[in-house]
Amino acid sequence: MSIAERSSFKYTAVGRLMSDPLAVAAVTIIALLVLCAVFADAIAPYDYKALNVRERFAPPSFVHLLGTDNLGRDTFSRLLFGARIALFVGLTSVGLAALIGLMLGMVAGFGPRWLDNAILFLFDTLRAYPTIILALALGALLPPGLGTVILVVVLTTFSEYGRVARTQTQALSAQEFIDAERAMGASPARILFMHILPNVLGPFFILAAINLPVVITIEAGMSFLGVGVAPGTPSWGATLKDGFDYIRNTPWLIVSGGIPLVLVTLGFTFLGESLRDVLDPKLRKER
Amino acid sequence: MGRYIIQRVALGLAILLVAISVLYALMITLPGDPTTVFLGPRATDEMRAVFSERLGLNNPVPVQILQFWGRIFSGDLGEDVLRNRPVATPVFAALPNTLILVLASIGWSAALGILLGAFSAACRNSLVDRVTGVLSVAMLAAPSFVVALWSLLIFAVVLNWFPAIGAGEHGDLADRIHHLVLPSFAIGLAWVGYIARIVRASMLEVMGENHIRTARAFGLPPHKIIYRYALRIAVLPAVSVLGVGVGGLLSSAVFAEIVFARPGIGRLIYESVISRNYPVVMGSMLVAIAFFVMCTLAADLVNAMLDPRLRTSKKS
Repeated sequence: MSIAERSSFKYTAVGRLMSDPLAVAAVTIIALLVLCAVFADAIAPYDYKALNVRERFAPPSFVHLLGTDNLGRDTFSRLLFGARIALFVGLTSVGLAALIGLMLGMVAGFGPRWLDNAILFLFDTLRAYPTIILALALGALLPPGLGTVILVVVLTTFSEYGRVARTQTQALSAQEFIDAERAMGASPARILFMHILPNVLGPFFILAAINLPVVITIEAGMSFLGVGVAPGTPSWGATLKDGFDYIRNTPWLIVSGGIPLVLVTLGFTFLGESLRDVLDPKLRKER
Repeated sequence: MGRYIIQRVALGLAILLVAISVLYALMITLPGDPTTVFLGPRATDEMRAVFSERLGLNNPVPVQILQFWGRIFSGDLGEDVLRNRPVATPVFAALPNTLILVLASIGWSAALGILLGAFSAACRNSLVDRVTGVLSVAMLAAPSFVVALWSLLIFAVVLNWFPAIGAGEHGDLADRIHHLVLPSFAIGLAWVGYIARIVRASMLEVMGENHIRTARAFGLPPHKIIYRYALRIAVLPAVSVLGVGVGGLLSSAVFAEIVFARPGIGRLIYESVISRNYPVVMGSMLVAIAFFVMCTLAADLVNAMLDPRLRTSKKS
């Protein structure tokens, strides 16, 4: 095999990813989600919060593709705007959790022993709260809204990133090139940011891709329980809650409200899996 | 090993103490006057005065936390002021239902997951293996409360095969099992996929080991090697993963108990949160978190017993 062939598209990371049919399906689903979220205003046939009492409990038809809910709001339009909320909560909280986890994890892995132990204890303590139970506790104390959802998600997930960052940092700081840096008089900050950080980032993207659907599910779950988004917000979880409350009148709400959630979870999970296979086979066992 | 056990147990207790104390501190400090929080907005001034006196709410926060633990260690989970009964009454009435639900979910999903995992490892790269692999990830990905809602709609509302509400009559075993089917299906489905994947991976590892090769050299039939010798070792990682996964199981149980209106700890927490009944919230969360911490601890210890390497390196 010539060098030119070896470096051809088929052998790049993206090329390998695109040769996996599941990854292609995953990317398609995620692209659809993003399109729905971005162009929700243009695609939605109705205003998602417009009440229409005369057409409440309307079954799916050409007028209302996925029917209406107990207040006569168009389900299809609400689900489109729900994509926006899911994506916003997902990206914001995964970003924040990864950032906090990265900082704490690198400090724990690089700093003195007592600091490492203290941070590990923090991680362990946060792990002691089952996610939905903490969500219910904080939901009882804080007003409902996207801020509360993001806070809960960040609190329950950042320790996972922290652990990965800590392990990576520890492994790296024992390596020769870091010793060489130290011998040349580099400051700890320089070592952390110039040499350790770039090496820690790789696994983070995989972890983020795997965590994104988990986060979206937590948001939907919290909204389903009524401790998530504010009432009236078209979260997928809220649609499912309406469907559950009126299960004998509007079964289509439960069916259609669950489908985007399942699709998105599948999409991101398959993408995460494929990314992991392509980028880092060693991480297979992490979850 | 003895030292390791003491260390882990001490750490587990410390985590439990801190986690619960933080939660309690949040409850009494966050939203304004704690008497309103505990007694609700309709409480009279007189009720408030009596209540703050009894719970020592005029003391500084650290003292209050110590007093809270003092009550817990003397066996008092607090008082359900809204209904005038000890918090322990609803909590311990609900706990067995949740435990049964969690155990049933683990039981069926572990059995099926181990079988699927062993089978795909034995027929590696076959069509069955490939399909099982995709299905495992799909099961893993399906959010448990969507599974709960869909199975409620299909099997309880439309087909009417299973009951939609409750945990069944006390003493009527068949009825109770009948009520258990849908919720434990919803909770366990994700675990089938997860366990199948873990068992498959560890099976493949075990199959390459010396004693399996020896067994093969002796001419033992393949099914005997796979299901008798290899599987016995390969299920261990799945067992230890279950302990850590109890947190996720508890979260799924909250949804299953709400969707199927099953009395249990999850539903109790949910209902007390919705009715702002904070003493019950605190008591039931204490029990749920303690249960979770104990399961994680047990999993760690089992892991350490199986894998001596973990004992020597204290850092996880």
